[in-house]
Amino acid sequence: MERQSNEAFFWTLFSAGAVVAALLIPVHLFLFGLAFPLGWIQPPAYERLLALARLPLTRIYLFVLCSLPLFHWAHRFRYILYDGLQVKHLNEVIFTLCYGGAVLGTVLAGYLLWNIA
Amino acid sequence: MSQGTIKTTTGYTEFHPRWYRAPVSVYWWLGQWQYLKFILRELSSVFVAIFVVITLFQLRALLSGPAAYTRFEHWLQTPAAIVLNLISFFFVLFHTITWFNLAPSAMAIRVRGKRVPDLLVAAPNYALWLVVSVVVAWFILRRPF
Repeated sequence: MERQSNEAFFWTLFSAGAVVAALLIPVHLFLFGLAFPLGWIQPPAYERLLALARLPLTRIYLFVLCSLPLFHWAHRFRYILYDGLQVKHLNEVIFTLCYGGAVLGTVLAGYLLWNIA
Repeated sequence: MSQGTIKTTTGYTEFHPRWYRAPVSVYWWLGQWQYLKFILRELSSVFVAIFVVITLFQLRALLSGPAAYTRFEHWLQTPAAIVLNLISFFFVLFHTITWFNLAPSAMAIRVRGKRVPDLLVAAPNYALWLVVSVVVAWFILRRPF
């Protein structure tokens, strides 16, 4: 396999994304996806969230939260298609769409977080 | 016992036809529960990606002002969003648990030659997860800023 030499790099991204996703996404998803919309916990006000998001540390945190899990998805999804659905003949397309999607999401996250006034 | 014969080494490998590999069905993963569990674990990454996409929308709403953010919050309250987030939550939990349970196999730690028991490698991950979750929730929820 020609990609043998790069595989370790992508696996490292996948692994880092998995750790970030495993540690941080459950609490975020629980609060913003379930507890606040369903009224279990009083959600923080817009001004509070904006003030929180303006801090440089929060921006970096949110950037990592958005970027690395996407690379985790890209790597895993590529192998689902490869191993699961046996779609081996479309390797280059799948590679580009998966990691390209992750890069796009990363760029979007960077742009949004840079511009939080 | 040596009899004086010289063994001639051939300079080529003999031809051998390819070993037969049975073609694998596209639905191989439906064959056993273990296979299905594996695919579900891998599929959890899709819900991880969905969470990131929703978070990007949330950031955009945050950027766009209080009215936009209120619209985003209302979207989160629609039944479709609740169902999506509920399913995502279970898949994300599945990802976390399977990942932490895999950690001992990924990091084979040996102390003085003996393999550290799996629980001792997995447990700190869970403890860290608990601590991190509490800290993050505290940052999001604390009243006066």
